[in-house]
Amino acid sequence: MYFGSAEKPDREHLRRLKELVKRTNTPWLSDHLCWGSVDGRYTHDLLPMPYTFEAARLTAQKIREVRDFLEIPIAVENVSSYAEYHVSEMTEWEFLNEVVERADCGILLDVNNIYVSSRNHNFDPLTYIDSVPADRVAQIHIAGHSKFQKYILDTHDHPVIDPVWKLYDRAIQRAGHTATLLEWDDSIPSFQEVHREALKANRFLESKSLAVAV
Amino acid sequence: MKLHALQRAVARAVMQPLTRSERMQRKAPGGGRMSAYAARFIKPNDRLTSFERLEIYNRQYWFRVLASLAEDYPGLRAVLGGRRFEAMCKAYLTECPSRSFTLRNLGAQLAAWLRQNARWISDRRVLALDMVRLEWADIEAFDGEAKPALRSEDLREAKPASLQLDIQPYVQLLDLHYPVDDLLLEVKHGDDTPDRASNAVQERRKTQQGPCRGEARGRRNLSGRSSSGFSPSIFAASSRKSSPFSPRCEAERPSSAPSTWLSAKVPSLRPTARLCSTFVSNLGGSRLVLPARGKQAR
Repeated sequence: MYFGSAEKPDREHLRRLKELVKRTNTPWLSDHLCWGSVDGRYTHDLLPMPYTFEAARLTAQKIREVRDFLEIPIAVENVSSYAEYHVSEMTEWEFLNEVVERADCGILLDVNNIYVSSRNHNFDPLTYIDSVPADRVAQIHIAGHSKFQKYILDTHDHPVIDPVWKLYDRAIQRAGHTATLLEWDDSIPSFQEVHREALKANRFLESKSLAVAV
Repeated sequence: MKLHALQRAVARAVMQPLTRSERMQRKAPGGGRMSAYAARFIKPNDRLTSFERLEIYNRQYWFRVLASLAEDYPGLRAVLGGRRFEAMCKAYLTECPSRSFTLRNLGAQLAAWLRQNARWISDRRVLALDMVRLEWADIEAFDGEAKPALRSEDLREAKPASLQLDIQPYVQLLDLHYPVDDLLLEVKHGDDTPDRASNAVQERRKTQQGPCRGEARGRRNLSGRSSSGFSPSIFAASSRKSSPFSPRCEAERPSSAPSTWLSAKVPSLRPTARLCSTFVSNLGGSRLVLPARGKQAR
């Protein structure tokens, strides 16, 4: 839906999406906090937002409009990014908070994306995690990525690395026992390997449950 | 810079064709140096210039859309050859960038565009046009609308003399000059890519008797028809007992307790109800409503 695109939502697309939502009894819906289309042309990419108050206002307005039309809650997912804009007036996590507070929507927290962006833009990923309103986190995503000489690319084709697991640990420490999705879209290994990776997430989640029980 | 203006400027650069060595062009959209263009709105960092950061998105865009067309049109690629196919795709996408939210529609204008830009297919014009039409029809059949497939038991009480059947809306009849369906099968032969199928297609496959084609007066039927006997899947109604969506929804439902936010917004996450649908068939002037897909109360 490209919540961050400056243009208005496509009503025909929303109408069809609403039909699907009704047919599937979708309880809530998420999309990325990004843009990717302009003047009716689509890049099919998750392009980074300029972190401005104008962009936050317009994005939140669009999220509200979509939510009101679809009549289900919306959550926005943070993306990996490789570029920043001169016009930005705040950090990415401040922008995320600004949008979700204005829109009163949930967050799909992708901790791998936070890690990737933190390396590409030189910020502390824990500061990001600690700044997210924990009670709005609807789901967490984890994934692997590809490291190049000068930047990191979000490719979903490797195991989750330890620093990302640490961020995940911190995220569920704050957000509690949260539904988690392991993303692996390319160079997919055996089922056993993917399953082992998914079970690692379970271990973190179980340890938090036990901690609560104790 | 306002949001719309910024997005317009970035998109122009991102969608500008790459150089022959697959790098971002040195020349900016509208003239001038791309390095200066990028520096106007993209911050550099200690490892990458503004140009290099923007170039990541420029390359990603072209790699993605070219890969998408190559995946959707392996037959046309075989007809034209890899190099000419890629050059043709770049020209097509430059003139006809995506205007749909889904990459599925990327080739929607390709057949019409090729007719107007026949230099790309000059020596194999008819064959190439046959192939591109077949491949687009294949895309449309893949996830086009499907009405519930007709079951033989649905016909038991119907009067054959007044029976009227509808063809599934995803079926197309193509008037072709070459046996491009055979050629396409040859091209795809040996492709060990895991089968990808929409829910609708998976459901159809359960009821189909197999891929086949019919031929009459030089016409070749595209899909969904049995070469012999009754093939109920291309007719409306259903033999399905459950919704194709139910398992997926259940699989994607959060396995753990919902978050505070989610609990507040969605008080009870109930199991997904099955689809409930009916098919209306026109039977000799009287309308018969056939229950389909294990109709259940919501």
